[in-house]
Amino acid sequence: MAKYIIKRVIAAIITLFVLITVVFFLVRLMPGEPFTSAKLTEEVALNMEKYYGFDKPLYMQYFQYIENLLHGNFGYSMFYTNKTVNYIIGQGFPFSADVGIRALMLAISFGIVFGILAAKNRGTKIDFFCVIVAILGTSIPDFIMGALLQYFFGIKWGLLPVAKYRGFEYTILPACALAFYTLASVSRIMRASMLEVVQQDYIKTAKAKGLSNFRITVKHQIRNAIMPVITMLGPTVASVLTGTFVIESIFAIPGMGKYYVESVTQNDYSMILGMTVFYGMFLVVCNLIVDILYGIVDPRVRIGGK
Amino acid sequence: MSEKILELNNVVFSFKTYAGLVHAVRGVSFEVRKGEILGIVGESGCGKSVTAQSILRLNPEPPGFFEGGEILFKGQDIIKMNNKQLRNIRGKDIGFIFQDPMTSLNPTMRVGEQIEEVFIGTGTPKAEVRLKALNIMRLVGINDPERRFMQYPHELSGGMKQRIMIAIALVSRPSLIICDEPTTSLDVTIEAQILDLLLELREKLGTSIIMITHDLGVIARLCDRVVVMYGGKVAEQGTSEDIFFDTAHPYTSGLLKSIARLDMERNQVLTPIEGTPPDLFAPPKGCPFAARCEYAMSVCCEYEPSKTTLTEEHSTYCWLQHDLAPEVNLIVEKREA
Repeated sequence: MAKYIIKRVIAAIITLFVLITVVFFLVRLMPGEPFTSAKLTEEVALNMEKYYGFDKPLYMQYFQYIENLLHGNFGYSMFYTNKTVNYIIGQGFPFSADVGIRALMLAISFGIVFGILAAKNRGTKIDFFCVIVAILGTSIPDFIMGALLQYFFGIKWGLLPVAKYRGFEYTILPACALAFYTLASVSRIMRASMLEVVQQDYIKTAKAKGLSNFRITVKHQIRNAIMPVITMLGPTVASVLTGTFVIESIFAIPGMGKYYVESVTQNDYSMILGMTVFYGMFLVVCNLIVDILYGIVDPRVRIGGK
Repeated sequence: MSEKILELNNVVFSFKTYAGLVHAVRGVSFEVRKGEILGIVGESGCGKSVTAQSILRLNPEPPGFFEGGEILFKGQDIIKMNNKQLRNIRGKDIGFIFQDPMTSLNPTMRVGEQIEEVFIGTGTPKAEVRLKALNIMRLVGINDPERRFMQYPHELSGGMKQRIMIAIALVSRPSLIICDEPTTSLDVTIEAQILDLLLELREKLGTSIIMITHDLGVIARLCDRVVVMYGGKVAEQGTSEDIFFDTAHPYTSGLLKSIARLDMERNQVLTPIEGTPPDLFAPPKGCPFAARCEYAMSVCCEYEPSKTTLTEEHSTYCWLQHDLAPEVNLIVEKREA
């Protein structure tokens, strides 16, 4: 198991390095430059470029950037004067992560429960209900979902606050809006997987041993059926976290989304790089956790990863 | 005659499907006695597996259901049992060994735990359960059971997995083991080992065994008595001797003619049974084998043959046994002098 984890960690580090390199050079290929505002004279712009080190050869800048990164320094923003990228991430990320994690937990727990319930009550009203939830969830985009939730729970029934992010009741609507799609896909996969596993020979073996239905379901069926859900967790984390950008602007949450979008339109090189690398790191770590989880749940993967 | 531990009386089991009822088992009767090995032989789709699984009620119900008959195990009717009573018999009094050991073990659970699971709900102390599991693993020929106990199915070979399956079936010392083609998916050397193991276990533990197979070689090697099934019905039953040397049903002699033998001439062609088994959605009116039978008479297609008892053990369901039927030689094997 230790070998398996070490191998995964090394792969993660290589992935990150490639990501940083590719994004660094790609950003420079974008049309336009950071200091092109009409208010700046040519002289000031030149000074600014010198200040940020743009006069040096590109490969020098690259090595400088890597060195700074290794010290945990993402550099200064080129648009927000006197703010470091670290500072902006530190401001926005806790909010983004908060919504994202709440949504993920909602989606995974309810998704799995719905999937199990639907499969166990196949063909009944419960199954029908879960299938409807799954269809709605996958077909309604999260910004429409967000607006609908705001309208009904916030305005029509006045149960929950419409926007801002000041306490637990403020987190409910955005987390639900964000979770809905993932919840639907998790429940769909879990249901299909449960129905597939129940056909397996080892379920019959378990039955022939005289085990109770409850034990067969929990120990033999769910344990094996949960595998595909774990597989999809990695990409799901990515989609939920990028999904927060839209939800953040609908619910006026002071997260990272706004800065990310702005940095691209402003050609704010250090911000784009910083945020992308930061998100990249976050996703690589999430995938790493999923890989390790997979090894714990499925003994066959451990051997495969020798 | 030693005591009966299992008796099937006219069991009828069908499946409801969208296309209609599938009559998988159509009035099967036989008995299993203490300490004997009973073979059930027949080609694919003849209802032998469904019959075997219906003894432990392992067929999915619904869509499957009993249309009639009784399955008496130690005097109690299994068809009338509730879930709790069934659970007390499954794995404890009757063990079941499945066809494919590759897929019959849970891939995410240690094999030892899968053996121990049989005792869940019996209140046996943990240490005792562990001891029993390790002992049974040793008994079925697993070396170093302590190490194997902690392994997962994918770490074991096919033969080893089937030994684990046998260990699961045997661990609570059941009085009957049902083997549903236990060696079909194994290669012949492993097959021989597993069959020897079953014989040895019968000697040691006195367990009765139902052996389901389509391999007459397995029957010859193992079984005391044989039930030949065709089209969801019993065609012929008797001791192994009766079936091989006093064959009294054209289907049985067809089976015997179609196997390759060592003493055959080099160019001799095997004789297959022409045609396909009957459609169990709409079983034929008369004898199920009539359409493929080389001796079929007009009565065979109209009326079901009734049971003809030849000796105390040997009986057959065939119109050829009728007084008015022509004399036909069905015997394929010659008794050695």
